[in-house]
Amino acid sequence: MLIRRNSDLTYADVTPKQVYFNRRQILRALGVVGAAAIGGKIVWHLASPETAVHAGAKLNVTVKSPFSTTEKPNTFDDITHYNNFYEFGTDKSAPAKYAKNFRTSPWMVSVEGEVKKPAQYSIDDILKAAPLEERIYRHRCVEGWSIVVPWIGYSLSTLLKLSEPTEKAKFVAFQSLYDPSQMPLAGHAGIDFPYVEGLRLDEAMNPLTLLCVGMYGESLPNQDGAPVRLVIPWKYGFKSIKSIVKIRFVKSQPPTTWSRYAPTEYGFYSNVNPNVDHPRWSQATERRLGEILKRKTLMFNGYSDQVASLYAGMDLKKYY
Amino acid sequence: MREFLRKLLVSKWSKVSVFLLCLSPLGYLGLRAYHGQLTANPVEYIQHFTGDWTLRFLLFTLSITPLRKLLNVPDLIRFRRMLGLFAFSYVCLHFLTYIGPDQSFDLGGMWKDVVKRPFVTVGFLGFVLLIPLALTSTKGWIRRLGGKRWQALHRLIYGTALCGVIHYYWLVKSDHRLPLLYAAILAVLLLYRLVDSLLKPRPAVSVSPAG
Repeated sequence: MLIRRNSDLTYADVTPKQVYFNRRQILRALGVVGAAAIGGKIVWHLASPETAVHAGAKLNVTVKSPFSTTEKPNTFDDITHYNNFYEFGTDKSAPAKYAKNFRTSPWMVSVEGEVKKPAQYSIDDILKAAPLEERIYRHRCVEGWSIVVPWIGYSLSTLLKLSEPTEKAKFVAFQSLYDPSQMPLAGHAGIDFPYVEGLRLDEAMNPLTLLCVGMYGESLPNQDGAPVRLVIPWKYGFKSIKSIVKIRFVKSQPPTTWSRYAPTEYGFYSNVNPNVDHPRWSQATERRLGEILKRKTLMFNGYSDQVASLYAGMDLKKYY
Repeated sequence: MREFLRKLLVSKWSKVSVFLLCLSPLGYLGLRAYHGQLTANPVEYIQHFTGDWTLRFLLFTLSITPLRKLLNVPDLIRFRRMLGLFAFSYVCLHFLTYIGPDQSFDLGGMWKDVVKRPFVTVGFLGFVLLIPLALTSTKGWIRRLGGKRWQALHRLIYGTALCGVIHYYWLVKSDHRLPLLYAAILAVLLLYRLVDSLLKPRPAVSVSPAG
């Protein structure tokens, strides 16, 4: 009954034409009577409007990162059709549909606050600021599922250093674009927009923190946070803010969207931690997309070697 | 017209048709499975799908009594047991996806989860409350228990529906529109019963037949 995705299928394998062809073959093989076939066809077409994937521009990736996991990445199809991007709807399949026409060009990212050199970067500036690396990271959602993604980008610290943060800068605040005219479903999400996130300065400067501009060799699909997002693989997915327009160095801990919405459920740190449960579900296990049974969740999502020292001496039950 | 409707409702084909209609969500799920269209997270998709349909069938079942009375079509009672049993069937599938893929059939682990997390507790409670109703859904059991006691027992479905709605509400992260819609429909169905029972004249003791 459960169909496991065959990862050597490409997106072309699931074009509607192919689906259409297969369905008929299968139905015929089953000997399903004609009436049922027609009924099924109608239901099928009503239920599955076609969704096109934003065709990304090819990116020139020159570095294979030592931070990459050897685990098998999930398929492009999985990564582009199972998204939490509440500006484009709260259903996982909604962003693929409703972010289709999201305008990501022109796009400017402002770096400001406690810095000697505030700056405005276009996406071209960001693409040219450092060689692009492919980093295959595990990505763990607070909801209890995980995915492996071959992201493209470079360490956020590379860009942040260009602005020369001052002594006063202790935290970094991030903000997503919020354009209600392009995000008509955002009003139903239940959380406030624009989406904001934050990191402690040392977290932001950790080389593992990725400024991400693409995946699978291409620029980011809209539903995955185009044109530029963060990927912080040792924290729950909602920390990895999408479609960034503002990066601000600040003195004190900035507000973050989910923690503001439900402070007892989502903390500022939100490090992946199998020993600290979310009030409504266990964080001890996770379901890797493409698998049926759950697997054990690793401390810091398996990135302890790189980041555990950041939290030495901290009570992670208190600072969840 | 009314006579025609009555004939339609009591014909043996009506039951078959409703039965097939109740099965159609499962058929649709099968069709999606066939096409590999259960999303990137098939377990979660099936969990949500069977959970949704459990709630819907609970609400369908609870709609029968108000509809019979308001529309004056008593024959609708023919479908109540079937709808209730379909609610139970969908919740069994829902429970299977939880105990299997989520808990790897580890009963000890499942129990810990049930006790620990309110959202699982309330869902599990709703499921358990429905079991005696499914078991005593036959004519034989109505006779054995007696109509009054049977009816009292089957009021447990109010508890199940309530648990189901709370379970759904607590599951959702921030977009509560759908759980609230289910809650509103349930509230209307339960309020109808409250008002109906308050308006019903109580039989005086002296009128009761002297055995």
